[in-house]
Amino acid sequence: MTIVSDRAFSVSRLPGFATIAVTVLVMLYLPIVLLVLFAFNAGPSPAIWEGFSLHWFPRAWANEQVKEATIRSLVIATSAAIISTSVAVLAALGTTRRRKSPGQTFVYLMINQPLMVPEIVTAVALLILFGFIKVATGYQGLGYLILAHSAFCIPFAYLPIRARLEGMDITLEIAAADLYATPWQAFRHVTLPMLMPAVAAGFMLAFITSLDDVIISLFVKSAGQDTLPTYMLGQIRRNMTVEVNAISTLLIGLTVILLTAFFLLTRERNRPQK
Amino acid sequence: MSSAAEIAAERKERRRSWLLSAPALFVLLFAASGPLLIILVYSFLPPGKYGNVEWGFSLDAWVGILYSRDIFDGTYKLADAHLTIFWRSLKLSLYTTLFTFLVGFPTAWFIATRSAQMRAVLLFLITIPFWTNLLVRTFAINQLIRNEGVVNTFLIWTGVIDTPIQIVYTDFAVFLGMTYVYLPLMVLPLYATIDRFDMRLLEAGCDLYASRWQVLRHVIVPVVKPGIIAGSILVFIPSLGAYVTPRILGGGRNMMIGNFIDLQFGAGRNWPLGAALSVTLLLAVAVALFVYVRYATRDDNRV
Amino acid sequence: MSSAIAIETRRALKEYGTGSHAVRALDGVCVRIDKGEFFTLLGPSGCGKTTLLRLIAGFETPTSGQILLHGKNITTVPPNLRPVNTVFQSYALFPHLTVADNIAFSLRMLGRSRSDVLQTVERMLSLVRLESFASRKPQQLSGGQQQRVALARALAPEPKVLLLDEPLSALDLKLRKEMQRELKRLQTETGITFIFVTHDQEEALTMSDRIAVMRSGKILQVGAPREIYNHPVDRFVADFIGETNFLSGRVEGDKIRLSSGELVAAETEGHSGSVTLAVRPEQVGICPAGTSDSLTAEIVDTVYFGTDTHCHLSLADETELVARLQSPPSGNIGLSRGEKVGIKFNPGAVQVLNE
Repeated sequence: MTIVSDRAFSVSRLPGFATIAVTVLVMLYLPIVLLVLFAFNAGPSPAIWEGFSLHWFPRAWANEQVKEATIRSLVIATSAAIISTSVAVLAALGTTRRRKSPGQTFVYLMINQPLMVPEIVTAVALLILFGFIKVATGYQGLGYLILAHSAFCIPFAYLPIRARLEGMDITLEIAAADLYATPWQAFRHVTLPMLMPAVAAGFMLAFITSLDDVIISLFVKSAGQDTLPTYMLGQIRRNMTVEVNAISTLLIGLTVILLTAFFLLTRERNRPQK
Repeated sequence: MSSAAEIAAERKERRRSWLLSAPALFVLLFAASGPLLIILVYSFLPPGKYGNVEWGFSLDAWVGILYSRDIFDGTYKLADAHLTIFWRSLKLSLYTTLFTFLVGFPTAWFIATRSAQMRAVLLFLITIPFWTNLLVRTFAINQLIRNEGVVNTFLIWTGVIDTPIQIVYTDFAVFLGMTYVYLPLMVLPLYATIDRFDMRLLEAGCDLYASRWQVLRHVIVPVVKPGIIAGSILVFIPSLGAYVTPRILGGGRNMMIGNFIDLQFGAGRNWPLGAALSVTLLLAVAVALFVYVRYATRDDNRV
Repeated sequence: MSSAIAIETRRALKEYGTGSHAVRALDGVCVRIDKGEFFTLLGPSGCGKTTLLRLIAGFETPTSGQILLHGKNITTVPPNLRPVNTVFQSYALFPHLTVADNIAFSLRMLGRSRSDVLQTVERMLSLVRLESFASRKPQQLSGGQQQRVALARALAPEPKVLLLDEPLSALDLKLRKEMQRELKRLQTETGITFIFVTHDQEEALTMSDRIAVMRSGKILQVGAPREIYNHPVDRFVADFIGETNFLSGRVEGDKIRLSSGELVAAETEGHSGSVTLAVRPEQVGICPAGTSDSLTAEIVDTVYFGTDTHCHLSLADETELVARLQSPPSGNIGLSRGEKVGIKFNPGAVQVLNE
């Protein structure tokens, strides 16, 4: 793709930019597309195409470890998304649409902290803390993973909810109070219904974030508690098989579905205002 | 002057605000912020023989970040291996930030100057890789560049080469992988600022005899600077603390700080050193964030 | 006769901010609004009219002073316990609810029976003539229709007082005229006390039983539209309500000597020294130069406005004033720039205001 100089003059067109942009977009998808493509390879190679086959998918699922890790990942992601979204809704209600205060800044910092601290640092910190608790209580269950995931999912759940709340016309709640709604009724019948798309969006982002996590899971999990990503990491280190391509393909598919839903939900929000 | 009723209402409002935030703060304190303090404590303890720590006070871990003690004569000398790892982390993070900017800026600009519908589609295309599992994306790169990967297979098949080029397990592979996985983090904030950019400024620039490059240099870049800084910080910070990408693409020999920390808690059996390294990494991130906040607020004041 | 009073404010004062940054939005307002009255708060933006409305609605509590509803002190009663409803400037219709559900909102909050809710909603829909829009969402309606829904929603619980916060400002001129008549009709039909806030003097004059003109947190004058228009208490009121010519002069017995040196007859009782005369442009007549008891003036400019022609005049000392004359059928008033003419004020039209 080359820039032809006799095209109509446009101030916003900069030479070479379009070429770079298109290359970037292609390069962004090429590895993923190849990865997905070879998940359907009949042969055992992730580079030499030997014909189309679906057999890697049932084969991956037949692997007891894969099945367990998948279920475990889904259980953790669902629990963490529920917990983080619930506390994020409350926090968003407590921190938006009021005068700025030092306390509020502190809450912002705390909520956004998982976005700033390198995951490896949090991971080793949790390894130590949960190590103590595991010894003290003898409890080895999924609770640790769920709690750790809930914490780093909070900012992802919080951001869309807060954005929505800040964009919401406060007069609507005043109107509800004017029309004899108690504060709780105003929340239940006006604020919450209008907040729902953002809550769903926040839930999805939290779910994806939890499902994607490798590092913290790796350090927090007890023996035999592999999640899908930690299982995959182990496989990549040993001998990579097309089985990993199949699992990756399913994860990518899930992400695309959730993201599409997210976009539709957040687009919905812009409509009533115009 | 406010009435007593107003003050009481204000106080009630503030208490309600804290109560609502409390559950989130509790989870974060327990499973994100609080444990960081334990790390700080651990960095001042002597290591246990089989991992973990012993109770006592020791600065060995902090000294050990830069120096290693000779087993035979007990003298300290600079630990070259450590310095190599730090330097690699810093170098690769900077390269990644710079390169993602060089290709991310034209991409963001291109997207922001499309029609509304096209913009939504392209933005969505950038967002999908961003939310796709980091491990999966790194794995995709690995499959592309490793010796029996697509690139080498293709080159051998076409006869360009007859032995595979060693790309994977080099610094270059780590750089490539990090650029690939963190690129959306550069494009998205850049897009956000360019999208708000008033294109009439370009017309004004051209009208006042600036060439395209002069407009880019003297109008566009200064105006979208907040986005450039935000994107750079968003790429630099996770690059510095990267763990998955160097582990898969760099292998055991091309470690970055993240993997080095991991090593201390695993085979290295030096938890205090791992803790001290973690605190160091945290400080580096804090410095980067501080610089960012300084720049960002200074820009706010100027506009 | 406290039983006839719907709303009374006693030295209502509202300040925002604290200490030296405090801004006084409302400065000890005392006003009594009768039951069944169409009462308008009129003033420029920032005069405190909306603040007063919000205090009556209960969205804010006064820094000091009291608000009484039907003789009962409601100063600190929260809005959901006040039988007072508001039509918001932005309408504030709930976007997630249908028109019918919006109207039913307050009834459901009050726990009215299902049949009662249905009946009232139906009655309200027919009152505002939106029967066929019951199941639409607010964003599917035009501005005028949204306005009607907002009215129906606020009227549904049969409040003792209805507050209207510049409800017509978002509508275009034609629709606004239509809604003005509609509002007046609704008020007569329901008999509910309306408190209407606006900055549009024409709107205030056409709709209100009484008007309170406000400025800088204070009420300057309360009265019927005619009274306010014809007998403004001060220069601000005279200037804000309609167009007015101001002339300065001094009282000399039962006449006033203008700064141009000429004498004008006026009701001077109770005034002395330097005064300002206010004369509405439509009360200025033009006669041939030299007519007895007329002031001498020169035509500066004439501006054609369709039914009227505005004639800009200059007195001997270059004081400018405007005469509003009915345009003749030909459209040409027959006066040209620079022409000398005489001007006369209609008897009783000259208002004397203290400086």
